[in-house]
Amino acid sequence: MAVDRREFIKIAGVSVIGLTLGPALKLEEKVEASEGKVRRDPKALKGKRWAMVVDTRKCEKCKKCVAAEACHAYHNVPKIPDPKREIKWIWQESFEHAFPHLAAEGEHIGEEIKRRPFVILCNHCKHPPCVRVCPTKATFQREDGIVMMDMHRCIGCRFCMAACPYGSRSFNWMDPRPYITKENPEYPTRTKGVVEKCDFCAERIDQGLLPVCVEACPEKALVFGDINDPNSEVSKLVEKHFTLRRKLELGTDPQVYYII
Amino acid sequence: MYDGGKIITGLIIGVILLSFPFWYNLGKAAKFPEPKLTPKAKQAGQCVETKVYMKAHHMQLLNKWRDDVVRKGYRLYVGLNGKMFKMSLQNECLKCHSNKQEFCDKCHNFVDVKPYCWECHIEPKEAKGGK
Repeated sequence: MAVDRREFIKIAGVSVIGLTLGPALKLEEKVEASEGKVRRDPKALKGKRWAMVVDTRKCEKCKKCVAAEACHAYHNVPKIPDPKREIKWIWQESFEHAFPHLAAEGEHIGEEIKRRPFVILCNHCKHPPCVRVCPTKATFQREDGIVMMDMHRCIGCRFCMAACPYGSRSFNWMDPRPYITKENPEYPTRTKGVVEKCDFCAERIDQGLLPVCVEACPEKALVFGDINDPNSEVSKLVEKHFTLRRKLELGTDPQVYYII
Repeated sequence: MYDGGKIITGLIIGVILLSFPFWYNLGKAAKFPEPKLTPKAKQAGQCVETKVYMKAHHMQLLNKWRDDVVRKGYRLYVGLNGKMFKMSLQNECLKCHSNKQEFCDKCHNFVDVKPYCWECHIEPKEAKGGK
């Protein structure tokens, strides 16, 4: 019996499905197989939205969170003297620079508060504009709220720097290595042409450790925790004290709280 | 054939010239470099996966590791025989293979690939400043 045209097309159609479906399903299996081999560290800190509370009443001008054995040394942040090219993850700022709208003329803020040092770092916003503009998704937001950079993907376009209203980001205008006095062999450096910023010590959190700046502060003025957990220390502090957040009116929902 | 002698001589010279690279380099093929293991790596006896797999796919594995670590927050890898490894080039791979020049560079130079890992990741100290 000869196969007519209709029969032939039917057989061909079924064959195409059979030929393509098999490999497609197999591929899926392969991906899952390698997926099953990775694990989270059981010691990792668990939180839904990490936040930091800075108690400005306790903060001295020691800058121990920045230098010495803390943030910049740990993360191999270079010390570049040229302020136009310098790289910062965490630093101290005056009141009028941290809260320009509150420091404007006519605003009546106590002189003592205006003289306090303010520790500035990435705010790890709930609605981060830097993540929205990044064309390569090098900057992304983790499930626990940390706004993080994948240096492998950064192409150095600096859209994120234009988008960030807090100036939390720095660009590597040159090879940073000559400006690192003592390398921490446990942490990578960055390279020329990428943007960098504070990442709330994501790799320490994943190992169950607190951020270095929090550990380094002798006054315990920096507190880190899950703001979504009502029993966490940060939540209790925010509940008890009046806090300021930087440029709240922009709607980025920053997660660094300053106790006044 | 007119000028047969000249043509044949020319042909012979031509063939010799064209085949020159072949017989000149005969038997002198560059040997594929054998990466050297450190005593520590030798003692461990096994890498995260089999030697054959690592030889062929270490670049894909490292690529996957970097995405899993940076983007998804997975930090541990279950390797051969259920052994746990930290997924870190700088803090795991090179703790065993601390002889980067003898282990990584040798082959990479031979096949002329230039991975840019080391622009950011810090190489082990003993490999620094040449031999």
